[in-house]
Amino acid sequence: MLRAAARSWLSGRYPTEQVARLADSDTGWDPASWRQLGALGWLDPDLGMLEYAVLAEESGYALYPGPWWSSVALAAPVLGAVPERPTTLAWAERGTTDLRSAAVSAATTARQRSGVWRLTGSKQQVPDLAQSEAVLVVAAGPDGIGVWQVAVDAATVCPVSTMDTTRRFADLRLEDIEAELVLAPGAAEDALHAVRLRATALLACEAVGIAQHALDLSSAHARERTQFGRPIGTFQGVSHRIADIYTALQLGRSLAYRAAWSVAAAAADAEEAVTVAVLSAGEGAVLACENAIQAMGGIGFTWDHSLHRFYKRAQWITAFDGTGRSRREELATVLLGTG
Amino acid sequence: MDFRDTPDEADFRADLRRWLREALPTDWADRPPQVGHQDVALRREWTRRLFDAGYAGLTWLTEYGGGGKPYSYQAIYLEETGRVHAPEHIGVIGLGMAGPTIMVHGTDTQKKQHLASILSGETIFCQGFSEPGSGSDLASVATRAELDGDSYLVNGQKVWSSWAHIADYCILLTRTDPAAAGHRGLTYFILDMHAPGVEVRPLRQITGDPEFNEIFLSDVRIPVEDVVDAPGNGWAVAMTTLLHERGTLGFALTSSLEGNMARLLETVKAVGAAGDPVVRNRVAALYVELEGLRYTNFRSLTTLMKTGVPGPEGSVAKLCWSETNQRVTTLALELLGSDAQLDGDGGFWSGFWQYQKLRSRGNTIEAGTSEVLRNIIAERVVGLPRSR
Repeated sequence: MLRAAARSWLSGRYPTEQVARLADSDTGWDPASWRQLGALGWLDPDLGMLEYAVLAEESGYALYPGPWWSSVALAAPVLGAVPERPTTLAWAERGTTDLRSAAVSAATTARQRSGVWRLTGSKQQVPDLAQSEAVLVVAAGPDGIGVWQVAVDAATVCPVSTMDTTRRFADLRLEDIEAELVLAPGAAEDALHAVRLRATALLACEAVGIAQHALDLSSAHARERTQFGRPIGTFQGVSHRIADIYTALQLGRSLAYRAAWSVAAAAADAEEAVTVAVLSAGEGAVLACENAIQAMGGIGFTWDHSLHRFYKRAQWITAFDGTGRSRREELATVLLGTG
Repeated sequence: MDFRDTPDEADFRADLRRWLREALPTDWADRPPQVGHQDVALRREWTRRLFDAGYAGLTWLTEYGGGGKPYSYQAIYLEETGRVHAPEHIGVIGLGMAGPTIMVHGTDTQKKQHLASILSGETIFCQGFSEPGSGSDLASVATRAELDGDSYLVNGQKVWSSWAHIADYCILLTRTDPAAAGHRGLTYFILDMHAPGVEVRPLRQITGDPEFNEIFLSDVRIPVEDVVDAPGNGWAVAMTTLLHERGTLGFALTSSLEGNMARLLETVKAVGAAGDPVVRNRVAALYVELEGLRYTNFRSLTTLMKTGVPGPEGSVAKLCWSETNQRVTTLALELLGSDAQLDGDGGFWSGFWQYQKLRSRGNTIEAGTSEVLRNIIAERVVGLPRSR
């Protein structure tokens, strides 16, 4: 029901040509879509992880460009509620790029003068920053790490060039900028942990949508495209690559749903579930796109075809808050101890 | 979707754990892993105990002597027995293939004669599908069965039959109409392995073990009552057998992979490689594959419990399991360094990994080659045009 409504809205409003247009535009998204998401219920306060999982998968399938994921996965766990306006989170700094280290140290400082908080410092690689109205900034206050909210247009936003232009980064410079305290020192660590679980689990779901799209594109092509007088899908060199997409998709889907469930149920192994899911679904989505590019021959290698945009998002996901290598090291610690 | 046991499932799991603790020998956990196949006598005895305790055929209807439980109980059974490396029921073919096929296609007499004794381990089944000239292309079977009075006269050769050397019966696929091509003209029988003209020869494989057998059939007489379903309908019956082979196999395979994964972790520690970052990364990658398989099984289980029939998606589990298991054994042998060659008493765990490494090459061939499984996924699941 939720899935069908999401898919029908996304396929109507965001066909691949429209996504491509926005991806190549200056703004990167259609700000009017925020109100439409609200009308569709995507920002409702009563949605849980399982509903978010479905919406993340569908938004990955359509490659919806817009700050929905940042708002519900990066900002909402810090705010304790879904923000009314597009809102993102700035945690990374030079040398402190992952959420876990950001919870314990920051060079960006927050100081209170005459009852007003002011932030100074630089944050980097803030997702959807230029597409958001507010940004939550992790900074060091007098008593430790906390989170403050800043209006995006009050700060200096420096967009950086990214492979995936449907979810862009910008750097954030703050020079004595007025800010509102959101989480006092002490509460930030738990909130950032919640961000990490929710954001990563939903990216795993998004990766499932991407892999499904790569499967649909490549299998349709293999049915229709003929060479040597036969549809190329009859050649096992082609069809077996597509079967491998399906297989990777199934494993990733199982683990992504389980991760969403584990986070929703606050299961004891939620952290491991999320790590396993994003490894399987994220790397599965990369493989799905690579096999699809190969199966589609020259057409999948062109800028005009939408496939490269899915491929780039898949890689965005595998590089978020860690790498395959660092995530596998985390699992190895569970399995083998610290060595 | 909820991955937690229901209260009844949790009780069942707790009872089973308790039973396993009491039923297994006290030093069971300390024994080194078994190299090669478990002793037949031990498995026969274990099968009897499983049956007496009500753990054989958990999902079979009670009228057939089973437990009448949902498939989730079988999944729990496989998880728990796998965790402690308990022996398996000896009736692998009977429980997973012959039994479910007889339930769907068999006569009342066949059901009465075979189902309960499969569960108790009283009779053992083997499978007679593959032939020297008929492997992946099962529809090309050439073993001839000719109607002669009230029995069929059967001549031909079957191969890759595990358990045939101790089996009492064989589910046998034959050609009754040589004029009909391919899928048509096949007939499915229950063959009495003690009948005159049945000869079983062990087939030694790359591990050195004669785990499989060849079956030679020379003028063997099979009474017409032993046809399963209608004569000429053998292909449909064989498909039921293979569907069940792949459908319920997922949990069993995952449980065996989990066993090898646990042993891999032990081996990593034993050889002092637990701090090697390359080894750590490879172990973790294998663990991700194992977990993917485990939760894919849970999803398939939901489908199976809704429809009662395993879907072709079961091919995914078999495909992934076989390739992951091969990677596990490859890493394990690599860990042993130059000792990788020592497969006797001088070797690590008396050659456990050497056996596993060689045996695992069969994993991508038996029960549907990886090529056939990829064809099934491409054509029947994804909907690509047929390759032939």
